[in-house]
Amino acid sequence: MLNTMTFLTAATQMPSSIPEWWAQYGKMLTEGIWGTIYMTLVSTAIGYLFGLPMGVALTVTDKDGLRPNAVIYKVLDVIANIVRSIPFLILLILLIPFTRVLVGRSYGTTAVIVPLTIAAIPFIARMVESSLKEVDAGVIEAARSMGASNWQIITRVLLVEGKTSLIINATIAMGTILGYSAMAGTVGGGGLGDIAVRYGYNRYQYDVMFVTVALLIILFQLFQTYGMMIANHFDRRKGNAMTVVTLVIFVVLTVLIAVCAGIGIISFIKEMFLK
Amino acid sequence: MSEIIVEHLSKTFPSKDGRVEALKDVNLEISSGDIYGIIGMSGAGKSTLVRCMNYLEVPTEGRVLIEGKALGDFTEKELRKQRESIGMIFQHFNLLMQKSVIENVCFPLYIQGQKKEQAHKRAEELLNIVGLLEKKKAYPAQLSGGQMQRVAIARALASSPKILLCDEATSALDPQTTSSILALLKQINREFGITIVIITHQMSVVREICEHVAILKDGVVVEKGSVSEIFSHPKTSVARELIRQDSGTDAEKSMNKIQDEINNGEIIRIVFSANSAFEPVISNLVLTFGEPVNILKADTKNVGGVAKGEMILQFKKDNPRTEAMKQYLCDHGLEVGEAPEYA
Repeated sequence: MLNTMTFLTAATQMPSSIPEWWAQYGKMLTEGIWGTIYMTLVSTAIGYLFGLPMGVALTVTDKDGLRPNAVIYKVLDVIANIVRSIPFLILLILLIPFTRVLVGRSYGTTAVIVPLTIAAIPFIARMVESSLKEVDAGVIEAARSMGASNWQIITRVLLVEGKTSLIINATIAMGTILGYSAMAGTVGGGGLGDIAVRYGYNRYQYDVMFVTVALLIILFQLFQTYGMMIANHFDRRKGNAMTVVTLVIFVVLTVLIAVCAGIGIISFIKEMFLK
Repeated sequence: MSEIIVEHLSKTFPSKDGRVEALKDVNLEISSGDIYGIIGMSGAGKSTLVRCMNYLEVPTEGRVLIEGKALGDFTEKELRKQRESIGMIFQHFNLLMQKSVIENVCFPLYIQGQKKEQAHKRAEELLNIVGLLEKKKAYPAQLSGGQMQRVAIARALASSPKILLCDEATSALDPQTTSSILALLKQINREFGITIVIITHQMSVVREICEHVAILKDGVVVEKGSVSEIFSHPKTSVARELIRQDSGTDAEKSMNKIQDEINNGEIIRIVFSANSAFEPVISNLVLTFGEPVNILKADTKNVGGVAKGEMILQFKKDNPRTEAMKQYLCDHGLEVGEAPEYA
């Protein structure tokens, strides 16, 4: 393995030991990890800020919904379909002028959050729509029979009963956004994907690329495991026994993700509005 | 005064091939404190009719009056307010699966804007009435069907309604659980004076608790009146068919009446096979021994293409000739066995 690497990276000066290797690439990789986490979490958060209401609107205005409205449904449906039918790589390039207006430049992690979010919103809206449509019509009818308003049905029935499905879908959405963020590396997006493209594709430096890909896989696994954990834990249709070990992992991951998301959102706001 | 009046009610649904008339010119008067059954086969329009009573379905024609006020005159907001005084329970219970038992019961109170503490107090009272207070922290998935329906009843009663609509509330339950739920409904009707409307396809349900009944067929009320009147003098073939299907499963109740006559005598089950059914065995038994025999239940069943007759008999208590009588039945080709479930 080391021999192949030596061969492949012969073009550049090859560090002879792991500490030396880390001294050379460590800083860049840690920044890459943070860049990816930053893009993924902030895009998912803003994506849900708009995607969740859009998904609710799609559910409510559909012909079997709480308040059918063919016009609103069709408009949202068409918007979602248009955005979803553009491949992300094309959307990324298509939105460069818009991103430049909004962020001031079109490269780097903060800039990539713009196309990432725009791609995420309709995707998330569709996910939310499918989760909410799974909610048993009988329970909605029961709520109506008790005199619940549409708003009460949305907040107290749909979002509550669809919880498990919503969390599972949020996990899937986050995984997809993580993948998209890596794709943004081709146009100088920042994060791990960017490193993989620059070192693996432009410089044939496979050692860096392999490590980057491994890191991406680990990140994806973490998000996925965590999402499934919450979905199962909070599903009241199943038993909820949680062992001490899973509880510790759960708490640690929750704190970690919350802190990352917090820092991410703050730095995003800073870069966007306080430049 | 009539609590619920349904006047010339019709409901049409649009469908692929034109329109489906679910209800045609239905007229009903349900008086306050009554337990009113609406019975019919599936597709007769029962569920649509009960949903018109709280305007979950808006009738195409006709009016529904609750305490003299027409639901059609209400605005959306007034209608929601009105629904708070009409509770409803369902075949599949329709509980919030992600909320605990007590939160389910609190649900209608939260909708009315009550605070958590106050709502919990009321919910605990209700859970006590339905006998599930110790399960208040459990989730519906951990309960049996009968328990879930009890939670649903507690939830329907939370806002102190005057009317309780039951849409096939016992159809997903076994006979024992059905009886206990019906007993609970009867208790609620008696204690709180709530008018109960019961939609069902089981005549046994109507017989057990209803005072009045309307029989629905293809969206038309074919017969209505007091339950005892319809049972003794059914006028239509639909009524007769429903009564025929209701082959009594409540030997338990009839037993209470005969217990004075032959108290605690031995109970046996005899089974006639096809060829032994020709001979009047029981008559001959009584004539031969000169001893009374009580028939608790008699039924014929088609078992694998062969008609099998089953009878539950009770002998006089401490009769020394009981064994001889059992032997007589055996000798005449009947299968004789114990029937501990009737003892």
